[in-house]
Amino acid sequence: MNLLFSALLSGVIFGLGLSISQMINPDKVLGFLDIAGDWDPSLALVMAGALAVAMPCFRWARRHDKPVLDSRFHVTDKTALDKALLTGAAIFGIGWGMTGYCPGPAFTSIAIGNREALLMVASIYAGFWAAGFFNRRN
Amino acid sequence: MQNFTPISALLGGALIGISAFLLFWFNGRIAGISSIMSGLFTTSGPNRHWRLSFLLGLMLGAGLWQLLATDTFSLRQDYPTTLIILGGFLVGFGTRLGSGCTSGHGICGIALLSPRSIVATLIFMASGLLTVYLIRHVFQIAA
Repeated sequence: MNLLFSALLSGVIFGLGLSISQMINPDKVLGFLDIAGDWDPSLALVMAGALAVAMPCFRWARRHDKPVLDSRFHVTDKTALDKALLTGAAIFGIGWGMTGYCPGPAFTSIAIGNREALLMVASIYAGFWAAGFFNRRN
Repeated sequence: MQNFTPISALLGGALIGISAFLLFWFNGRIAGISSIMSGLFTTSGPNRHWRLSFLLGLMLGAGLWQLLATDTFSLRQDYPTTLIILGGFLVGFGTRLGSGCTSGHGICGIALLSPRSIVATLIFMASGLLTVYLIRHVFQIAA
């Protein structure tokens, strides 16, 4: 197994997970965020299912010095709850609520011929670029 | 709660958890899709190649499900383009500024018990809820 194959396999399983859980359907996501409407709690169970698996597995992995195919775990050592984290998260949530897409489902949806998702991904990249510009100036 | 789908949500979620673990255990990488997407154009060599590989996998996984699934959802029609363009921009800007999105902070970060990720997740959930409330129930757009 090499780095590219493991990344590909991980991507395929992630894409299947987003599809099976219907998180690639923006209406489904907005149904979760709409607590004052016909609330759909499904997304909470997607997170619960993911964390039920990931939490013990990541904990186990971290007991090792390094991953199988690389020399170290690429994890940030930042701990500060700084202004960038807090405002960035708030801004992301606004965009998520406006569209029903976070980056994963938006990118994945290109594969099912969703033209709205293509526009979403292009706009996300414009946002990435603007944030890079903003970060260089600050 | 007529649209609640607990079984497929838990099953899909478990697959996402397995995927995040595989990428971490083998590649030592966080399956944060905003970082993987943005890194596609800001890194080079092997650092770019695994990202490309993962993103192709995402599309392959969804394509595979399209072939296997008996009933798929219908794409929404006539959603305001302005909301997509502006919202997409905010998703891109916010995830870079805040170093992550639903997958990076919400799943991998929380799985690593990172206080930054737990706080970020609570904030984007709250601002997402508030935004949908304003759009649908106060301004009554696109409900």
